[in-house]
Amino acid sequence: MSSLDPRVNRLHLKEGATGPVHTNSHLITWEVFHQEKRGRQHVHVGVVHASSPEMALIVAKEAFGRRGKTANLWVVKTEDVYTFQTEDEDMFETTPEKTFRDPADYKVRDRIEKFQKQQLQKV
Amino acid sequence: MYGNTHITEEEAKRLNVLDEDTEKLAAFEDRIARGEKIEPNDWMPKEYRRQLLRMIEQHAHSEIVGALPEGTWITRAPNFRRKLALIAKVQDEIGHGQLLYSAAETLGKTREQMLDDLLNGKSKYSNVFNYPALTWADVAVIGFLVDGAAIVNQVINSKGSYGPYCRALERICYEESFHLKQGHDNVVYLATGSPVQRTMLQDAINRWYRPLLHFFGPPDSNSQHSEKLMKWKVKLASNDDMRNQFLDQYVPKIWELGLTFPDPNLKKNDAGIWEFSDPDWDEFKRVISGDGPCNAERLAVRKHAEEAGRWVRNALMNKNEKYVTPLA
Repeated sequence: MSSLDPRVNRLHLKEGATGPVHTNSHLITWEVFHQEKRGRQHVHVGVVHASSPEMALIVAKEAFGRRGKTANLWVVKTEDVYTFQTEDEDMFETTPEKTFRDPADYKVRDRIEKFQKQQLQKV
Repeated sequence: MYGNTHITEEEAKRLNVLDEDTEKLAAFEDRIARGEKIEPNDWMPKEYRRQLLRMIEQHAHSEIVGALPEGTWITRAPNFRRKLALIAKVQDEIGHGQLLYSAAETLGKTREQMLDDLLNGKSKYSNVFNYPALTWADVAVIGFLVDGAAIVNQVINSKGSYGPYCRALERICYEESFHLKQGHDNVVYLATGSPVQRTMLQDAINRWYRPLLHFFGPPDSNSQHSEKLMKWKVKLASNDDMRNQFLDQYVPKIWELGLTFPDPNLKKNDAGIWEFSDPDWDEFKRVISGDGPCNAERLAVRKHAEEAGRWVRNALMNKNEKYVTPLA
């Protein structure tokens, strides 16, 4: 097989080289967390395949450290991540209703002004 | 880079046969209509999963096969800066393949199964990569116009309904803005260079014109695009709409350099729609079914990579580790 690509020609590929394709058993996946700058939190950015944590970091550096700034990366075995089931998402449904946790829910200015008016009337 | 998903008649028929829990289906469709994203562990119709998987997988294959035509010229780039940029771009394409394989894996097919299906011909990749990069000017045209076409497609698809795919596409689009700019830079340098360089560039544009029109798939009038896929936000714009958007953005940028496309009928009509001659859809079908100038070489190279690297992967394998589907 003759190619325009000298790198391909060096492989000396045979014309119509076929044969059985082997399904590999596959390497496990690692969830990657990226820290942009010292002091910021690590943020989940994606997944890599690797045989060991060291290898996962090398692959993660290539996959997620090619642009912009990177201070650090974490890799965590996908299997080791515990999560809620997505159908349990309703447990958080009422959280936005809990306005007693919201600073904006504490408004006293009206009350202060009313009080001050009353004080003035007494004088 | 990426090619548009081509839906066969058979695929379209399958979409109409829905055997799903109607209540769950209604909740699923409501969620999409509200603009919410679907995540890997959510309930989804079988056909949604199948179509998305097929599409993301094709996209991933397109990225890694797409690195081959451009890689052709790495050893002979005209100067060091162009060589660095081209190596970086080709590395990005492989990285994008990895992002997309991971997104597809969340739908339940392993990366190795997908690579097997690429090699045994069960799954496709974008047709545009079955054409050769004959000269350095082809690299410039691919970087500018093929990536430009891919970005039109990917920006639209990033508004889709499947969370992992959208997140991968957002990252890809961000990175590909560099591909486009360096491609444009390369085109402009050749266009404003010596007469020989201009001729070389014009020849490359002539070669890529038809494959670029093919890139977005057959015309809407005879394409089996499905309303269902639109409703599920798997497909977000019709082939013709995307093609028109591409022509609108890129034709003027070639014309302003005093270059042409090899089609006397290429023009924008009064309604703002681009008109062009029939780009030979039979050729498109022939190349997709394996009979293009580079199909055999592309697959032979991928197969070599699979076989030559197998001993490394086997040596790395830890039999005690259990593979689980990635989270997101």
